Amino acid sequence: MFVEFLWVLLLGSLLGLELIGKVPPTLHTPLMSGANAISGITVLAALTLIIKAGDNTVLLALGAVSLGFALFNVIGGFLVTDRMLAMFSRKPARKENR
Amino acid sequence: MSASLILKYAIELVAVLLLALGIKGLSKVRSARGANQLAAVAMALAVLGLLINYAGDGGIAATAWIWIIAGTLAGGILGAITAQRVPMTSMPETVALFNGCGGMSSLLVALGVALFPEAGGSDLVAVVSIVVSVFVGAITFTGSIVAMAKLQGWLSTPAWMQSRLRHAVNIALAVLSLVAAVKLIASGEGAQGLWLLVIGSGLLGIGVTLPIGGADMPVVISLLNSYSGVAAAAAGFVVGSQLLIVAGAMVGAAGLILTQVMCDGMNRSLVSVLFGGALGATSGGGGGGGEYTNITSCSAEECALTLEAAERVIIVPGYGLAVAQAQHTLREVTRVLESAGIDVAYAIHPVAGRMPGHMNVLLAEADVPYEQLKEMDQINPEFPATDVVLVLGANDVVNPQAKNDSSSPLYGMPVLDVQEARTVFVVKRGMSAGYSGIKNDLFELANTSMVFGDAKKVLGDLLTELKDLGLGKK
Repeated sequence: MFVEFLWVLLLGSLLGLELIGKVPPTLHTPLMSGANAISGITVLAALTLIIKAGDNTVLLALGAVSLGFALFNVIGGFLVTDRMLAMFSRKPARKENR
Repeated sequence: MSASLILKYAIELVAVLLLALGIKGLSKVRSARGANQLAAVAMALAVLGLLINYAGDGGIAATAWIWIIAGTLAGGILGAITAQRVPMTSMPETVALFNGCGGMSSLLVALGVALFPEAGGSDLVAVVSIVVSVFVGAITFTGSIVAMAKLQGWLSTPAWMQSRLRHAVNIALAVLSLVAAVKLIASGEGAQGLWLLVIGSGLLGIGVTLPIGGADMPVVISLLNSYSGVAAAAAGFVVGSQLLIVAGAMVGAAGLILTQVMCDGMNRSLVSVLFGGALGATSGGGGGGGEYTNITSCSAEECALTLEAAERVIIVPGYGLAVAQAQHTLREVTRVLESAGIDVAYAIHPVAGRMPGHMNVLLAEADVPYEQLKEMDQINPEFPATDVVLVLGANDVVNPQAKNDSSSPLYGMPVLDVQEARTVFVVKRGMSAGYSGIKNDLFELANTSMVFGDAKKVLGDLLTELKDLGLGKK
């Protein structure tokens, strides 16, 4: 199980390294913001914690707070990135001068 | 394998694929917006897959649902409101805030499992992943919050933090965290080591981030963003979720690359950003220093007269423009110029604004057509054929020293060759040095005139003057 997870970790990291090579400076801010939203995927961990908590109120509360933080990250992150990117596409480029 | 498990794996696989496509698409202008939405869909899918799996596998208790809904509503609503309300100029601190919360989430999950091992496990793997998750999560949280507070101007660096003492303090904190981690791993459980680790790594996050200067902050935020990916991956080990591990690792690695790209654009190494402190503090000598002698300053009126006579104008927006929130006034000025048949372009240095790419966002917000924004390599050959360059609150990125003076600390940094233009106006609040603390030779050149004042006010005056000259009326 653990070794399997390590493989997953390794392959995920390699994929991440390959995904973005050249990024135009224009997109640094949105990319950072978008990647940041994805890192809020800890919602999954928070949900698991709540579901496995049983009757343990402390654990339930801890999980819920964790879920709140993660979703704040996810929802806020995706929306704010979309707001930024919407500005680039609001005026469809009349013609690409390049 | 139960049907719900197969469904879970299928959904997870699709989610990973979409996340990867999302990150990839975010690095291209044309696909960026769709890619962001794709990533959001992937995230929703991942959550759905997890819920379906647990619902099929023994069910989810009613109490659990209540807490899930409570957490979802609180975080979701706050996040949505924040995302809508926050002004575009505050983007760096907003990203920092979101990022810190992601780190906090991983930290809390690890804490929960550490305190109540029945929710996860207490074998060596579980404890090690708890330690990593707590350590990285805490650093991400406190580091991001400090970064946000510094960018907002709520916090300044105390003097002792600029001295070498901070290295000793940070090393002590790192050792403390390490001891706590070893203690925790050796004893299996034990709340003492856990809290020591939380406090040690939390303080370490503060200690490392606090001395870093404002202009380097974006790099730090990007790095912390990478950390929050690592924290998520560690949390994936804690709760045994492969999807979490893949996604966390992907963000961690991609964040690292982005951090490197940003460092390259600023001609800074990651090491000097993290440990060098503010650039100005270390580079008193070099080819920089010295008083300005030969400064020409002029009024907005003179500047307007020159602009009116120009055929081609290039705007160089910088940090000062972003801070003054003058992008809309600038757009009005350029509209007036364009209506008089003057050719206007914007030269965007890779690190212009408060964060790389931030200036593009701000100008897009002010309705500047995308095709008028020129990147550095594209516009540098055009300066010799330009009548007027208007530098708005930019300094180091137009310093010719970076090209001419090999003893300058700026030497080698890519800069905009504005001095090649016939006339250069520099709008600046005073003669204070730029972020690097280095004298700018541009200001003393014969074809440069300084227009002193806040970017927004000067642009407002320019607009009035240009209109008085009869421009912008049809």
